[in-house]
Amino acid sequence: MTEISMTSETRNQTANRVQIALIIALLIALIFAPFVLYPVFLMKVLCFALFASAFNLLLGFTGLLSFGHAAFFGGAVYFTAHAVKEWGFSPEAGILLGVAGAAVMGLVIGFFAIRRQGIYFAMITLALSQMFFFFCLQAEFTKGEDGLQGVPRGHLLRFIDLNEPLNMYFFVLGVFVLGVFAVWRIVHSPFGMILRSIRENENRAISLGYSVNLYKLGAFVMSAALAGLAGGLKALVFQFATLTDVAWQMSGEVILMTLLGGIGTIFGPIFGAAFVVTVQNYLSTTGFPVTVLTGLIFIVCVLLFRRGIVGEFNASNLAVKLGLKSPK
Amino acid sequence: MVLSARDLRRDFGGFTAVNNVNIDVHHAKVHALIGPNGAGKTTVFNLLTKFLQPTSGKITLLGQDITKTAPARVARMGLVRSFQISAIFPHLTVLENIRVALQRPGNLSTQFWLPLSKLDVLNDRAMELLTSVGLQNQCNSLAADLSYGRKRVLEIATTLALDPKVLLLDEPMAGMGGEDVGMVAELIRDVAKTRAVLMVEHNLNVVSDLCDHITVLQRGEILAEGDYATVSNDEQVKIAYMGTDHD
Repeated sequence: MTEISMTSETRNQTANRVQIALIIALLIALIFAPFVLYPVFLMKVLCFALFASAFNLLLGFTGLLSFGHAAFFGGAVYFTAHAVKEWGFSPEAGILLGVAGAAVMGLVIGFFAIRRQGIYFAMITLALSQMFFFFCLQAEFTKGEDGLQGVPRGHLLRFIDLNEPLNMYFFVLGVFVLGVFAVWRIVHSPFGMILRSIRENENRAISLGYSVNLYKLGAFVMSAALAGLAGGLKALVFQFATLTDVAWQMSGEVILMTLLGGIGTIFGPIFGAAFVVTVQNYLSTTGFPVTVLTGLIFIVCVLLFRRGIVGEFNASNLAVKLGLKSPK
Repeated sequence: MVLSARDLRRDFGGFTAVNNVNIDVHHAKVHALIGPNGAGKTTVFNLLTKFLQPTSGKITLLGQDITKTAPARVARMGLVRSFQISAIFPHLTVLENIRVALQRPGNLSTQFWLPLSKLDVLNDRAMELLTSVGLQNQCNSLAADLSYGRKRVLEIATTLALDPKVLLLDEPMAGMGGEDVGMVAELIRDVAKTRAVLMVEHNLNVVSDLCDHITVLQRGEILAEGDYATVSNDEQVKIAYMGTDHD
């Protein structure tokens, strides 16, 4: 018995070391990326990567497929944009307001949605987010079809000028790292353990005495709040808020990103988002219809590598060699 | 008497699945619920554990009326069930499976800001439970990789981790190899020394060997009650359950 736990412990240690090395490599790449690539493009990737990570907290680690996450993301874009532009909030306060707004919306939508499972859960989230879409279409403060334009980036903590592209980039990178760390922390926590057990076998979790609806609602609100964090950032990066961010296509896109990258993995949604945003960016100048290609990619993903980019990597021989996965 | 049901009834549309069922489960006794397929055994289980709401009747647990209580709350009061299909968390390790059960009484289930290593304080108790059922060598395996019999053993160990006052086991021996049946029977006998057990079981050898009291269900109603000798000599039971040509 001691031998078994010994080997698995050493394996865990190598796995940890390899993981830490990969994370550091990724961080270094992200730190130097704005000197090579266009910062606004990178910031877009980071915003969507954070959004997909937040979504994955719910889909990958709790087993709940929400089809209405655009409401939290896009809602926060509006909240932050409005607070910064109309009320003169500082950027950090504006983002916090976006997060709080998204969390409250998560509480309301989640409260109704968690009462049902599977496709019904997805449909309730879709219906409620569509209601929010039409609210945004009609409401005064969103300026309807025009959207909010010219949102000032302002000064972070009053002295860092976010109009400087690099300042803005490193602010976004910092928030992104914090957000992904929050997802990682929640997943690898005592609470996250219960979420995983609910995903694995909900009835069993109930029979062990867990009020699973409260845990699901908790996860829903956390996911919504983190999606709001991504939305708040996006409002400052692009300096506008439009209906695109609350439309149902956005909810679909985040599902695609997460699925493509690998659901239930920490890094999957990041790579998925990077891939989708990159493809969209390059195709937008060619005239080739983006939706056709993303549709094709989606089909290929579902047919050939269902675990997603990172999921397939984790299951590959290379991952076994690196000690990330125990050999069968 | 720790768990009792009075005049339990459950309708599904126009069909009465359970009718007029009275059950008393006593401390430190093993109570069996038997009957042919479709007799309503699992429905009774679901009613007692509140996974289903009874159409009428009354259920009390340790003197408290639980007729309208939520299932998770009933579990926290000390009535823990297992399922007909083995209920484990397949993609968690064996050790983690046990720890999920230990987390709740240990009050370590809502902390989303703490690292997982905070749960290591539960490892000793978890290993103790795993050792008591002979699963200690597989503590780091994924639960999905266990054999069917071992999964059921894990499920029972997880249930015991909650230190329940009443244990409801839905066909704990179904699909098990002979060796595992003996071990689980021993395990149930052992846990029944200090708590009440109600089990659905088809293996009559196990029932005769293990159970102090038997309730026979047929078409949702109680056909006979008593110890094994009484029930097995009951003419109606012979006809309904064991077949007419049973000697």
